[in-house]
Amino acid sequence: MKYILMMNATKADFDGYAKWLKEDLQRNVAFMRGFSKELKDSGVFVATEGLGWPNEAKMVRAGKDGEPITDGVFAESKEFLAGYWIIDVESPDQAYKIAARASGAPGPGGTVGSMPIEVRQVLTGFADLGI
Amino acid sequence: MGKPLDIPLEQLLRELTPQVLGSVVRRFRDFAAAEDAVQEALLAAATQWPDHGLPENPRAWLTQVAFRRMTDQIRSESARRRREGEMALEASRAPNATTIDAASAEEEDDTLVLLFMCCHPALTLSSAIALTLRAVGGLTTAEIAKAFLVPEATMAQRISRAKQSIKDSGIPFDLLTREERAQRLRAVLHVLYLIFNEGYTSSAGPQLQRVELSREAIRLTRSLQSLLSDDAEIAGLLALMLLTDARRLARTNGEGDLVPLTQQDRALWNRQQIAEGVALISATLPKGSVGPYQLQAAIAALHDEVARAEDTDWPQILALYDLLRRMTDNPMVALNYAIAAAMLHGPTKGLELLDALKADTRIANHHRWDAVRAHLLEMAGDRDGAVKHYRAAAGKTASLPERNYLLMQAARLSSEPRLGNGQG
Repeated sequence: MKYILMMNATKADFDGYAKWLKEDLQRNVAFMRGFSKELKDSGVFVATEGLGWPNEAKMVRAGKDGEPITDGVFAESKEFLAGYWIIDVESPDQAYKIAARASGAPGPGGTVGSMPIEVRQVLTGFADLGI
Repeated sequence: MGKPLDIPLEQLLRELTPQVLGSVVRRFRDFAAAEDAVQEALLAAATQWPDHGLPENPRAWLTQVAFRRMTDQIRSESARRRREGEMALEASRAPNATTIDAASAEEEDDTLVLLFMCCHPALTLSSAIALTLRAVGGLTTAEIAKAFLVPEATMAQRISRAKQSIKDSGIPFDLLTREERAQRLRAVLHVLYLIFNEGYTSSAGPQLQRVELSREAIRLTRSLQSLLSDDAEIAGLLALMLLTDARRLARTNGEGDLVPLTQQDRALWNRQQIAEGVALISATLPKGSVGPYQLQAAIAALHDEVARAEDTDWPQILALYDLLRRMTDNPMVALNYAIAAAMLHGPTKGLELLDALKADTRIANHHRWDAVRAHLLEMAGDRDGAVKHYRAAAGKTASLPERNYLLMQAARLSSEPRLGNGQG
């Protein structure tokens, strides 16, 4: 069963992260690297990506002539996808356990974090109507 | 590099590999090392046989080369040499072609040994599936990864860990008691069924590699059946696979949408395969040791035998589902029983049965409960109820094609003009 684990954050969260102390940043990066390796070693890893920051994000709409109309994204309270992992596991419980691990990534001062990780099932391309 | 392999040589090697691997694993008990040794033997064969011709006993040739590689490997590892000194001694009295040939009964079992080992209880189902496809099916790691839509490195790791789990469990597999053997065989059948299902339930389109999974499952089940030809459930599973796979081309329409069985274009069904499946299950059922795979095969045969959906023998199907639900605890069977009851006695009867199932928590929240309810409500003329449950099911399913199908049903129903007399 494939699940996507999404880390969402507001602009304020991103701005805050940018101001972390060097050792805190290093610790967090090391954790993330180790976490990905754990996923690979245990044979559940499908994909992971970190996304560009919301300052650079654009909202694109189709213009009258089909040309893109781009706009910045301004809402301060809006949550942005910071990054995700996609894993292939035996059960939802296994997915939640792994998400909890991601959630515990160390924050400033090395404190164990508890950031919310959104867990959703990735739909498969196969089906059995059974009728 | 030497000349390219003939297709027949490649096929021969592919057929022999699990047998040889089984022999080596049975003797030396180290799966990973055995695989390496067999790989080297295959390489030697691929290089030498085109030039020197086929040996008289290709299997014995491969086994002998692999055995020699294993003993060389053991000797060159001092720590293992100490632990496995006895084994090295035994192996160094390398059997020649005739002694290997003579133990033919033992040889036949080696693919079976391998299959049993790959479905070891220490493994998760997805590990067992991967290992079976790798070791017995001979698929490459890349092929298996592609089939299951994970990166190759992930699949490689999964297979590697599976081998390690087996090694760590330390149970000598050919010392299984009769009860354990029976249990292990059930696990093997379950794994083969899952492999078939993975292949069969993929939507049509660019996923041809998944169709190959069904073919592979059928091939493995066939060879298992030839090894244990008295076992009725293996025959039942093979018949079920053949009868189900026969409908494959009709499962989706030109646009790639799912088509339920009762609406499929039967001209697209593979009649030859149906005939084979029907013959097989007909020959198997009278043996008397009826099990769930045989029952499912019998139901599939009843569907597949008739040229038109209207001619389906629902009373027989209902009776078989009734037997099946007494035999297994599978809630999906109960759902199918309800559908069959509705086809025979009307939707109200089916809905009653569905309501009774609500107490089973495994099924109450499953999307199929909603989907079946919607289907029966539609049959009963309760359009609003049907739409509601189609949408509920769409929200719960983990399958994209199923979700599309369910949303389409809801859309179709809610856009149908209402009848003047207030029905629908």
